[in-house]
Amino acid sequence: MINNMDLSLVDWSRAQFALTAIYHWIFVPLTLGLSLIIAIMESIYVKTGNEEFKRMTKFWMTLFGINFALGVATGIILEFEFGTNWSSYSWFVGDIFGAPLAIEGIFAFFLESTFVAVMFFGWNKVSKKFHLASTWLVSIGANLSALWILVANGWMQNPVGMIFNPDTMRNEMVDFWAVLFNPSAIDKFTHTVFSGFLLGSVFVIGISSWFLLKKREPQLFRHSILISSIVGLVSSFLVAYTGDSSAKTMSKVQPVKFAAMEAHYYGKTNADLTAIGILKKSGSQIEDKEILDFAFRIKIPGFLSILTGGNTSTYVPGLYDLVLGPDSIKGIIPVFEKMNRGKFALNVLTDYKRGVMINDTQQVNLIRKEYFGNRDFMNEAFRYFGYGYLGKPSDAIPNVALSFYSFHVMVIIGGFLIALCILSLFFALRDSIEKHKWFIYISIISIPLTYLSSMAGWVLAEAGRQPWIIQDLMPVSRGVTQINTGSVIATFIIFAVLFTALLIAEISIMLKQIKNGPTPQEDKK
Amino acid sequence: MTAMITYSFLQHYWWIIISLLAGLLVFLMFVQGGQAIIFTLPENNDQKRMMINALGRKWEFTFTTLVTFGAATFASFPLFYSTSFGGAYWVWTAVLLSFIVQAIAYEYRSKPANVFGQKTYDIFLLVNGIAGPFLIGTAVGTFFTGADFSLNNMNNVKWGSGWHGLEAFTDPRNISLGLAVSLLSVTNGLLYLINTIDDPALFSRARKKMIIYSSCFLAAFLFFVTTLLLSDGLNFGRNDGRIVVEDFKYLHNFLQMPAILVIFLLGVVMVLTGIILAIFYRSRKGIWLTGPGTVITVFALFLIAAFNNTSFYPSLTNFRNSLTIHNASSSFFTLKVMMYVSFAIPAVFAYIWFAWKAINSKNITSAEMDKEDHLY
Repeated sequence: MINNMDLSLVDWSRAQFALTAIYHWIFVPLTLGLSLIIAIMESIYVKTGNEEFKRMTKFWMTLFGINFALGVATGIILEFEFGTNWSSYSWFVGDIFGAPLAIEGIFAFFLESTFVAVMFFGWNKVSKKFHLASTWLVSIGANLSALWILVANGWMQNPVGMIFNPDTMRNEMVDFWAVLFNPSAIDKFTHTVFSGFLLGSVFVIGISSWFLLKKREPQLFRHSILISSIVGLVSSFLVAYTGDSSAKTMSKVQPVKFAAMEAHYYGKTNADLTAIGILKKSGSQIEDKEILDFAFRIKIPGFLSILTGGNTSTYVPGLYDLVLGPDSIKGIIPVFEKMNRGKFALNVLTDYKRGVMINDTQQVNLIRKEYFGNRDFMNEAFRYFGYGYLGKPSDAIPNVALSFYSFHVMVIIGGFLIALCILSLFFALRDSIEKHKWFIYISIISIPLTYLSSMAGWVLAEAGRQPWIIQDLMPVSRGVTQINTGSVIATFIIFAVLFTALLIAEISIMLKQIKNGPTPQEDKK
Repeated sequence: MTAMITYSFLQHYWWIIISLLAGLLVFLMFVQGGQAIIFTLPENNDQKRMMINALGRKWEFTFTTLVTFGAATFASFPLFYSTSFGGAYWVWTAVLLSFIVQAIAYEYRSKPANVFGQKTYDIFLLVNGIAGPFLIGTAVGTFFTGADFSLNNMNNVKWGSGWHGLEAFTDPRNISLGLAVSLLSVTNGLLYLINTIDDPALFSRARKKMIIYSSCFLAAFLFFVTTLLLSDGLNFGRNDGRIVVEDFKYLHNFLQMPAILVIFLLGVVMVLTGIILAIFYRSRKGIWLTGPGTVITVFALFLIAAFNNTSFYPSLTNFRNSLTIHNASSSFFTLKVMMYVSFAIPAVFAYIWFAWKAINSKNITSAEMDKEDHLY
């Protein structure tokens, strides 16, 4: 039971994983976006032979390289932390989760690491076309690596394509395609990759604007802005579209998370969407969890129902309904009922393991036939296995304020970025960016805002699905490695100090390289 | 063909892939080996610059192979992954720390405004160069000597020692394997540098260093192999699943699987021949023998660790919890899917080879360093 676990160990293990993931995510979206923009710039160079585009490519490639190294370094930690800090989880899901990670290594990482060497060192050693192909392959490799890790993450949000094996005590894959084309995985991949393209575009627009402000290399950076504005605008619309799709999927497979991100407590039809809101305590509670109300709210009437089901008559359940009932609403099984089913499933499993241990073949065969071989039991009870570990129904509610604010920060900044890309493209096409100083400043400020939005999206994705490490099957507390908390605190501190020091170095190097600007025009390489 | 694909076949197949990745990883740690001598091999900054750039163009291959080794282990033998990584926490964390600092050191060391100064990043390379191979070698030693763990009925690991893996350093067999891997990495690093850099003075110094490092490697390797052949191991019954101690288990494995013995001996001969060619015949091509020799020697060692009903991760706490390729593997379905995925590996090797040749067509010279615009 959750109450029996060492919660400080769980919290420190979560903190360490969150720390690594956050640092990793500082670097990855820029790698995804910048690699695409660089490939486009180099394509123009190869097509036109215009040396300016070669200098442009090399300049952005230098920044790519600085960013890439730390992304790689933090990435390896994430992969191995599944084993070091979440070993129980690793066994429980390794049969499914490990496969996408291995495919990522074989197909994506080798592609990326092989051709990144050609990209950086091959300018004078291979033909123009070979070099261009290498640059595109780096971009493809980077984005492919995102695919496989997000397939794994999508499976954690919506476990599909597997059955539980009571003999091995783990989930085992039975349908690879169901895992690959899991709607949560598709949404995660497309939304994440397009958001990376958008971040890369805003990065290029912002840095280029600074050069225009300083009146350095105006022609080169005007062209940089034009290219990245096109990429950014297309990406921003795709981010919005895939975000919508992601929310629809979430409303079906993670309704508690969906309700939490809107601070939606009581189910209704014609439910309103909160555009902007500030939360306050309401004074009432769901068990020990405070119900939050709005101190300030701008809402879009009926839009939450439309977002969920396409029309205002769609019923959107709230947190209260999802956790405590009422069970009269068709299709909703409240958490307390899922807990009963989960506990029943756990008891059956315990009896089975006891039978195996004492070699009681009759009991083992009986349980196998009546329960694990019974589709009704697996669908009606065992799929809620994880709820059996919860202490009380409200344990299923994530941090509502964190989910709400992270969602709204992401969406508001996302809307702002669509406007930024439209304006940027408009001014770039009219060749008039320098005339609008206000826009130049906004472009520069947009860089940290885009990172904030990107981070907020992941906070929602991961904090919003608590208490689950695998939705409905395993709470976070059951997945943790049982080691002494002191070891985890020590490694947390080591990683925090190291990552922060390296981030400071990266930012310093990046700023210096930006200040130095592209190689001079007389470069004859 | 389909009838051939039994669960046991797939478990063996995936152990072969893991063994191959392990062999490649140990070979590619020539990068770490080179880093271990960045302060002692070059006589001047020019040589150091060539050396670091020669190594820096390959660091990602080692890194990616390590990541793929971890991921492939997770996918095919998840119980090993969860047991070893979760239990031997400090050893694996130390390995990771040494690789983090390597990843950024190359890219940042010569960049202006790098905050900590070039020397700090060079020390990072040195730390990774020494600690990386040694820690990995010592950790792999526990494949033969065992580890202090037990598993509950949910297969969750409980580690017996509060040192969480660091206790592996108390066993001289583990230490000797760690040293052998480190010293072989330095030897391979020297051979790689000899092959890649066109500088007679550096070549001469590298040859002299190689005499020392390769001799020490041989001593550590012979100690490890001798103790291994004299060691007992755990044998599990394929029918009843019983795990029992068998005297001279690894010697028996070699004798009962002569093909693996031949591969092992061939690997050792190739490693020695490459070294001899470089030291006594001033050949630059030694790496082309020592490198593949390293791969197949490690490959054979991994095979005898797990084949022939051997436990590849013996539990010192409870024999019954020892891991074998049969009780630690993924399901039949997952191993089969992954087998199809693995068919693409030759294509991966092909493009790596192609790209490697394309940018390594000429040896690195001091003049090239002056012209290059992306320098480490």
